[in-house]
Parts: sequence; structure tokens; C-alpha cells
Amino acid sequence: MTDPLLSVSDLRTYFHDGEVVARAVDGVSFDVAEGETVAVVGESGSGKSVTALSILRLIRPPGRIETASSIRFQGRELLQLSDGEMRTIRGNRIAMIFQEPMSALNPVLTVGEQIAEVVRVHTDASRHDAWERAVEMLALTGISAPRERASEYPHQLSGGMRQRVMIAMALVLKPALLIADEPTTALDVTIQAQILELLQRLQEQLGMAVLLITHDLGVVAEVADRVVVMYGGEVVERATMTELFEAPQHPYTEGLMSAMPRLDRDAERLVTIPGVVPPSTAWPSGCRFRDRCSYAWDRCATEHPPLYPVGDEHESRCHLAVEPLRRSESHTPLTVRVGADS
Amino acid sequence: MVRHAGIASGVIAVIVVVALLAPWVAPYDPIAQPDIIGLKNLAPSFSHPFGTDSFSRDVLSRCIYGARISLSVAALATAIAITLGTLYGAIAGYVGGAVDAVLMRIVDAALSIPRVLLLIAILALWNGLPLWLLIVVLGATGWFGLSRMVRAQVLSMRELDFVAAARALGASGPRILFRHILPNVLPTIIVAATLGVGHVIILEAGLSYLGLGVQPPSASWGSIIQDGADQIGAAWWISLFPGLLIVTTAIACNALGDALRAAFDPRENAVTMAELDS
Repeated sequence: MTDPLLSVSDLRTYFHDGEVVARAVDGVSFDVAEGETVAVVGESGSGKSVTALSILRLIRPPGRIETASSIRFQGRELLQLSDGEMRTIRGNRIAMIFQEPMSALNPVLTVGEQIAEVVRVHTDASRHDAWERAVEMLALTGISAPRERASEYPHQLSGGMRQRVMIAMALVLKPALLIADEPTTALDVTIQAQILELLQRLQEQLGMAVLLITHDLGVVAEVADRVVVMYGGEVVERATMTELFEAPQHPYTEGLMSAMPRLDRDAERLVTIPGVVPPSTAWPSGCRFRDRCSYAWDRCATEHPPLYPVGDEHESRCHLAVEPLRRSESHTPLTVRVGADS
Repeated sequence: MVRHAGIASGVIAVIVVVALLAPWVAPYDPIAQPDIIGLKNLAPSFSHPFGTDSFSRDVLSRCIYGARISLSVAALATAIAITLGTLYGAIAGYVGGAVDAVLMRIVDAALSIPRVLLLIAILALWNGLPLWLLIVVLGATGWFGLSRMVRAQVLSMRELDFVAAARALGASGPRILFRHILPNVLPTIIVAATLGVGHVIILEAGLSYLGLGVQPPSASWGSIIQDGADQIGAAWWISLFPGLLIVTTAIACNALGDALRAAFDPRENAVTMAELDS
């Protein structure tokens, strides 16, 4: 088996404030192979965005990637590169797009200039060549009249077009990996589908891998090959997309699934997972999800669950994996409340 | 507000154009003393609208040529101040941390000394001060306030999404600062420059009046006032007209600066640099 394109192992990103340490990402591991789409799913505060920023080493003090962490990309250890070497990777080999296309574009530069700038930062291309590549890239993202659009400012474009511009900026140098942090969250539903399709089309054309950060399982179902579910700064479940949707193992994943609005079920109200993610400065002992879990028993308070293998390429950080009987005999699982499954 | 800005920029434009065209519009040679007895201290008349001074020189012509000195000293000194203040504030705001703390404490200390006192102390070191040095000294003492404003803006912009995006796409620190952040601070800088010019005109007039500014035979508005100061009772016109010009120009600059500030202020009006551009 060849090395994966990106291999994150035991990533720990802590924020230090005097004596207080916020363990935002606390021992996360996963791989991304060439050309595949891996989704990182979790709610706010689960550490998924910090994970994305850590891969590009964009964590700023007081945040710090702890020493035992490792992020290997194309055979190189990113955490050991100099700042200058790291800059040659950003935007060039690994690119990132952000949630808010509104604020992620510079209001005083034309969109063409902003795309061309990425080319000029990383290559020796002349001003003219860089501009041509920007126009080409805009055309590739499906913007009509790309040459005219290139000379416009972000405020003259709609939200969907701005997101296309962001994508053009990120992909103009054909990176091997695209990190997309909630790329569709700020968009209208109709535009969301278009942007996802665009991303998939460009992914095939350019042969890049995508690391998709999202809280939206609907998006995951549409594009992901494999899924990493994060909770409390940890990976709680890891599986292929089909496996995850057919047989979710971790109670948190189950909760996320049942919280998804669905048309094929007769539910009067949407299901929610009670409570919120605990603060990263004080993760609970044992299992970090236990306060919100309907299965939780005494073992969950004392023993921190490891990632148990629960199937082919499928792991779950829940003691139910070794005590499966508790699943049926214990309390009402979240999914039952809406009717079908289980 | 817009009307004020129109009048103010009109006034400034007229004064600038007249100053530029001085050799063609000035009726007399500003330093010629044609008849030191016969034409001395003439009251304003058709042939000498601003009168003549005690050396029989035409005050209007002196004011027109004086505008060149007063305006260029103000413009150049402000350019120096803006450059220094912007760079200093941008570095403090972008680098942050201990560097920021040290740089800003230096500015605090500099701001605690009254500027005029500082200028008098510095300028008194020279006897017969060259004009360029006056400009440099005025510029070098005029950037403290601006540096604080720029620093505050850079500090807040450093965390914005488009800066994070630029960083994520591989831009280096200086590139982010100069290409992404500073153009967004431009409104502040333009307002500060406009207000600064008005301020420096008054400051330079004050210094020239004290004999510390522009040295004879060149004359700025301030030194023309000083020429007439000892005979203000007998020949009031020598000091009055350059004085009015100073007041008019300074008010016009301030009015324009205020109008620009209002136009750039998102709370009053949603005009951004991008919109002005398009």
C-alpha cells in the first residue's frame, strides 16, 4: 500500500492561557488518500476547524501544536518545515477555502487580482500571465463572462459567485489537497448544491483530494468517500460513508443522524441532542460524550474509551463496542424517538 | 456635508492653482523693492490690491509666492509624517506582542511633549535653517497620532477572514500587510493627511512668525505676517491678508477632512474604498 497523501497522527492543538489549557484538538488521527474526499463532521466546538487550520499551520499564539503531533503530507513532515517552506505549500500544494465568501475576499482588490496574486506568490509568472490564468480559472468555476468579472470587486458579486471566486483562488495552482471549511454553510440551499457539484467536478478534473469540514450530514452523504466524526477534540468514529450511514456505531453519530431533518419519516419535530459540547478547558473524565449520552453507564465515567475497531475500516470510541448488549437493554436510543431505524 | 466638501476642495484647488502659476499671475516681483521711499506701506488700491510693505514690495505678489512655500512645506511635511506614521503603526499593529507594547509606549512618550515646544527646541539648534530641514523636522514630529490610529486598525484587521485567507494561500507577512491590510486602512490615512496639511500650515506660520521657520528672503504666509507685525497699527494690510489666507486654507482643509471622514465612516454612510473606485 502506498503512503496516503495526508496523514495526521496524534494531532494535539492546545491553547494556553496562563494555567488554563484549552485542548481544542486532543489526539486526532486520520488519513486522506490521493483524490478521495474525507469529511470531518462535528458540531461547533468539536475541534474540526482547528484541525483544518493546524494542517496548514495557521494556528496563532496562544494556540500551539504540541510536540508529539505529526502531519505528513506527500512524504514530508509539515510540522518540521520552516515558515518559508510552509508558505510554499499553502495555496500551492494545499489550499483552503473558508465558510464566509463575504468576508474572505479583500474588499479593495478586484477578484482577478486576488486570484492572480496566488499565482504570483508561488510562481514566476508575469503579471499578464497570472491574470490570464485567473480568467481561465474563473471560467473553469462556471462564472459567465469571466474576463469582465475578473475586473470586478467582491461587493459587486453575489454570494454564490464569491464562493466560486474563493474556489478559483484556492485551485488556480492545482493543489493536491483542498481543505474546505464549511464551504456551503453561508449559501442559499440552491446555491449549495451548485457549489458542491462544482467542487466534485473540479476534483475529478484536477485529481485532487478534498478534506471537507462540515456539520451538515446532508453534504457528507453527497460527496464524501470516508467520514471522520469529531467530538470534544477527538475522533469518535471513523468509517466509509456508506458504512457510517448504514451502521453508525457511536451514540453521538446516531444522534447527529437522527437530528437530520428527513422527508421519508413522519416526525412532528426535529430531534436534538440534549446539552452542548463541554468547554475544551475541562473535558469530562472518561468518555467526553457521557453527559449527553442516553446509554451512559458507570464505566463511561471512569474509563476513557479507545477507538475500538467495529468493522472493516470502521472504528468507534464507545464502550458499547465491547459491551454491545447494553445497546438493546438500556434506555431509549435517540433514533427510536423518530420512529424507524434500530 | 457634500456641499461643504465641494466648497472646501474648490477653495483648496484655487489656492493650489494660483500658487503653481505664481510667475504668471503675480502682478509684481515678490522680492523687488522698486521705490523704498515712494511706494512704502501703500494701502490697498487697484494697482496693489493687498497694499505694499515697508520695503515697497507688493503684498499680493508676496502672498502668491508665499503660498508656494506654505503649501509645499505643509504637503511635504505631511507626506513624511503620513509615511512614518503608517509604517510605524502598521508594524506595531501587525507584529503585536512585546514589539507593539514598546513601540506604542514610545509614541505615548512622544505625545506627552507639546509639539510646538518640541519644534522650538529642535529648530533653535540651527541658525539659518534650510527649508528642507524645516520640512523634515515638521514631518518627523507629526506622525505620532496617526501611528496610533493605523495600529488600531491594523490590529483589528489582522484577524479578519480575508487576511486569514491570504495567509492560507501562502502570502508572506509583508505581503499581507502591504497588499491586503494597508489598502483597507487608506481612508484613515487620507483623512489624516487632509487634516494634517491644515495643521502644518498653521504650525509653519506660527514658527515662521517666531522667526524659526522659513528664512528670508523666501517668504511663507507666516513670515509675511511677521514682516508687518511691528507696524500693524499703521499698515494693517501687510499682516491681515496672509493671515486670512492661512485661516481660509486651514478651514478648507479641516472641512474637507471632516467631510471625507464622514464619507468613509460606515456608521454614517456605507461608502467604501471599493465603491469610490468603481
